[in-house]
Amino acid sequence: MKRKEIVRGLVRYLKPHLCLFILACLCALVVVAGQLLAPFFAGKAIDCILSSAEGGILWEELKLHLIAVGTSALLATVFQWILALLSNRIAYGVLSALRKDAFRKVEKLPLKYIDNRPYGDVASVIVSDAEAVCDGLLLGFTQLFTGILTIVGVLGVMLAVRWEIALVVFCITPVSFFVARFIAKRTYKTYRAQAEARADETAFADEMIGNLKVVKAFCREEKNAEIFDEKNEVLRKTSLHAVFFSSTTNPSTRFINALVYAAVVLAGGFLVISTAGMGAPFTVGSLTTFLQYANQYTKPFNEISEVVAEFQNALACAGRILALIAEEEEPSDEGNEALGRAQGAVKADNVAFSYTPEKELIKHFDLDVEPGMRVAIVGPTGCGKTTLIGLLMRFYDVDEGAIYVDGHDIRKLTRASLRENIGMVLQETWLKEATVRENLTMGRPDCTEEEMIEAAKAAKAHSFIMRLERGYDTVLGQEGVLSEGQKQLLCIARVMLCRPPMLILDEATSNIDTRTEKLVQDAFAALMKGRTSFIVAHRLSTVQNADLILVMKDGKVIERGTHRELLSRGGFYETLYRSQFSRP
Amino acid sequence: MGHLFSCLKKYRAEAILSPLFKLLEAGMELLVPLVVAKVIDVGIANGDRDFILHAFLLLAAFAALGLLFALAAQYFAAKAAVGTGAELRRRLFGKMQCFSYAQIDDMGTASMLTRMTSDVNQVQTGVNMMLRLLLRSPIVVFGATALAFVIDVKAACVFVALIPVLAFVIYAVMAACVPKYRAVQEDLDGVYLAARENLTGARVIRAFRLEGKETASFSKRNDRLRGAQERVGRIASLTAPLTFLLVNIAVIVLIYVGALRVGHGALEQGDVVALYGYLALILVELVKLTNLIVTLAKTVSCAKRIGAVLDSDGEEEKKEDLPAAEADENAPAFAFENVTFTYAGDGAPALQDITFAAQRGETVGILGGTGSGKSTLVRLLPRFYEASEGRVLVGGRDVRAIPAGELRKMFGYVPQKAVLFRGTLAENLRWGSEDATDEELLEAARTAQAADILEKKGGLGAEIEQEGRNLSGGQRQRLTIARALVGKPPILILDDASSALDYATDARLRKALRELRCTTVLVSQRVASVMHADRILVLDEGRIADMGTHDELMVRSQLYREIYASQTEVHA
Repeated sequence: MKRKEIVRGLVRYLKPHLCLFILACLCALVVVAGQLLAPFFAGKAIDCILSSAEGGILWEELKLHLIAVGTSALLATVFQWILALLSNRIAYGVLSALRKDAFRKVEKLPLKYIDNRPYGDVASVIVSDAEAVCDGLLLGFTQLFTGILTIVGVLGVMLAVRWEIALVVFCITPVSFFVARFIAKRTYKTYRAQAEARADETAFADEMIGNLKVVKAFCREEKNAEIFDEKNEVLRKTSLHAVFFSSTTNPSTRFINALVYAAVVLAGGFLVISTAGMGAPFTVGSLTTFLQYANQYTKPFNEISEVVAEFQNALACAGRILALIAEEEEPSDEGNEALGRAQGAVKADNVAFSYTPEKELIKHFDLDVEPGMRVAIVGPTGCGKTTLIGLLMRFYDVDEGAIYVDGHDIRKLTRASLRENIGMVLQETWLKEATVRENLTMGRPDCTEEEMIEAAKAAKAHSFIMRLERGYDTVLGQEGVLSEGQKQLLCIARVMLCRPPMLILDEATSNIDTRTEKLVQDAFAALMKGRTSFIVAHRLSTVQNADLILVMKDGKVIERGTHRELLSRGGFYETLYRSQFSRP
Repeated sequence: MGHLFSCLKKYRAEAILSPLFKLLEAGMELLVPLVVAKVIDVGIANGDRDFILHAFLLLAAFAALGLLFALAAQYFAAKAAVGTGAELRRRLFGKMQCFSYAQIDDMGTASMLTRMTSDVNQVQTGVNMMLRLLLRSPIVVFGATALAFVIDVKAACVFVALIPVLAFVIYAVMAACVPKYRAVQEDLDGVYLAARENLTGARVIRAFRLEGKETASFSKRNDRLRGAQERVGRIASLTAPLTFLLVNIAVIVLIYVGALRVGHGALEQGDVVALYGYLALILVELVKLTNLIVTLAKTVSCAKRIGAVLDSDGEEEKKEDLPAAEADENAPAFAFENVTFTYAGDGAPALQDITFAAQRGETVGILGGTGSGKSTLVRLLPRFYEASEGRVLVGGRDVRAIPAGELRKMFGYVPQKAVLFRGTLAENLRWGSEDATDEELLEAARTAQAADILEKKGGLGAEIEQEGRNLSGGQRQRLTIARALVGKPPILILDDASSALDYATDARLRKALRELRCTTVLVSQRVASVMHADRILVLDEGRIADMGTHDELMVRSQLYREIYASQTEVHA
């Protein structure tokens, strides 16, 4: 993403806070005015002291000026706090909106996108990058705006009081900007390098910590620590560059400002001498005010340069999060009709699909399934069985041809209504980090306690759930206290509870021991009665009762028929079947 | 915090040099008001232009020196901070690798990763700022006060009164913020978890049409986080305005007192200006300090969260080693003698009274239902766990008498979860043995029936994605088998490792493994996978229900027949 686009994207997020934004700007005006007036009056007060030779200290005037100092300071204080509150509100509001949009996008991204990226990477965009954008904005907005106002204000007052000195200041300060800009450009690159190194390290840690069991089985801890150290060293080096370069801005601008200060001493000193005794003398008090300004003048430049450094980082992060938000979504459901309760007729017409254009996976796939039919899909690993299921669920859209449910092209149906009609159990068990109850009632949050327990019993999950510490209210962790088999039983119970008109069982019982499986199969058989079901299995014993068996190889159906037909035909299926019980 | 400092220790020189240079830089700044006072009292009073010019050159020299000192300080601070961050990450990763499964479950991968990323970042920034400013600010404040005393003792009392008040304000704000920042971090963890969960579970969430609900629950978490952040912000942002107000009150008092002193003839004009200059210097410094305080408050809570991980005990349970013993060529490949095993925290033993021996070259099948203790049994062999009672022998030696490195090299282990890692295929396979040649890798792949995957994916150099996601379950499983074979281990353990393979491939695999003639342990729920084994152990609820060949068990074991029937019923 180009920087301009990023900025434009951020502005879009700022828009809802326009009112607050304007208010904050007004507050900043008051703050800056107060902060500039306090030293101005202090200078006036000092002039009242200095004139002792010409008739002692002007107490009345001195007191008035001191009151003015107090008032200005108080105003600046109150409004500075309000300004902070406002900019907090804006920055966190933007942060929250960015996160929500990014999350909403995650729910709509094509699965291809999610499958192709480390989970940790995407999650860290939503969490850490968004945070960095906020820090950049929060720090950025308040300081940038007050900084610029201060610079303008100081120059204005200086011009009004004494243009000669203002000119001196005016000539030197632009150098400060050039220095800051030069450094900022260099830091942007180093920040990018740092972000990449960090992402690489995080992805590695995510993977290894997430699969610690395997790591331990291979005693890879030491080797992993070595690899981590390498990545860590790269990150350390890039970080050192990023951190050091960004922190050179501050001393550099401070140096320029020290020069400004010195120049004001020189010019101011000369001016006091040359204007002494004239009608409008440049007093020592004025010089004090000017020096004070020169000092205050330092601050905004430092701050702006800090902001610029922070902004580089925020921009790089904003680029990533905005890119995620702008990522292409799955084709919209808009205008599609809802399916309603389906009969369960499924038809595939000359379907073709591939994950990457170079390598076709499914081609010329035809299928005609009547309502209530039990279809089994078998075939060697990697033949496209699971992909087919993904197409039916519309996790992916077909490249060519079409899939129809009850005569409707599924691309013309809303995904929600389609998926509502299909219950799915996958080989890979995924459970939420929530209670057993929440996991079971995922598809039907409104079901009764009895219905839930009934489903759990049918899936043979009830007894082990009851043995858990807190029964149905046990919170499951990411890895969890459950075995893979038990998790799968929960996934089955989850679907049993929904009783959808169509079922997909993709190696649904692969992690369950066969005796339990046998019992679950009975429950499945009851559930499948009158429902169209698709069973993917390599355990051929589980598919023998199917009305139609599709034997797939390399994305094509090479044989189809019932168990008996296929056996008698003596093809690939028969070989597959015989190999199950052959002695090597 | 202790960990933070011990990490910083490695960069002791930098951590000392950085504040030292800052000190020098601050010294340059502190001299400025003195020069200005002289300009007013001597240069201006006497109309001496040369004096002023010299003062200007002096100030410019201070500025240049200040720049050099500051750059040096920044460099050392950055080096120390970044190094500390890297060291913290290294320790965190090392610690996490020794976590037990229970600890991982408890803390969650998500939370561990936030600690390693954003927490460490925050600490790094904190250390950097601390080195640069934490010493500098007090030095400037106290230095300015000290110099004020040099100018005039009475007027300097204003400084003395101001400092404790400011210190109190800063302390109060910090004390109020630290616990609140911790709450923010916890909410942040929740947000990360939700994001991650929705990525890993995208399929199921979509299948159950939970997108809306998940979005709503994320919104809720996000709003809570936002609320917590705003609450902290409200307090944290009090410091700067309050400091400004207090310093200006001090200015008013100072000018008033200064006026009195000048009236008494105890002070000169320039001195009041210089004193005022010092107050201004303090203000500028304190504004920086308050920004630093906010950063430090965050840093402290992040450092505590990191500390919580580093302080927890890793898994390294007390493992008692026996004196090393000699290998016995004629002993069985491995043997269990009256082994009982109970998981920590569990009441009932997972394995009870297991006794059997496997001869060299033998294929042992272990059959049993979910939770019957099959996997636990094989995990005792490489000593992932320690038998609670009885002895586990490998090659005639008690596993406790074999050095850990040597013991684990004797096993090729294929875990239940078929997972590969980001990197090339070759890198993945070399997990089995670091120094295997390409030819050995290919041979292992052929035995594991994975040669065609190599062909399809483009050879040993093919890139594997995180957790092997660009491979199917079956492909992953075959590659994990190949990985275990690479070291040519004398004993091969397949822990339910062929569940994702179709029968034809499974059969070919079994045949190829048999030709290797290594001792093989097959753990499975499928009779077909183990029925050809030389010996089959039937486990039931942690005990050996029966043991024998397929034919023997068919005759003798009711349980075995039941399992067999459940898997072949339709056919039979």
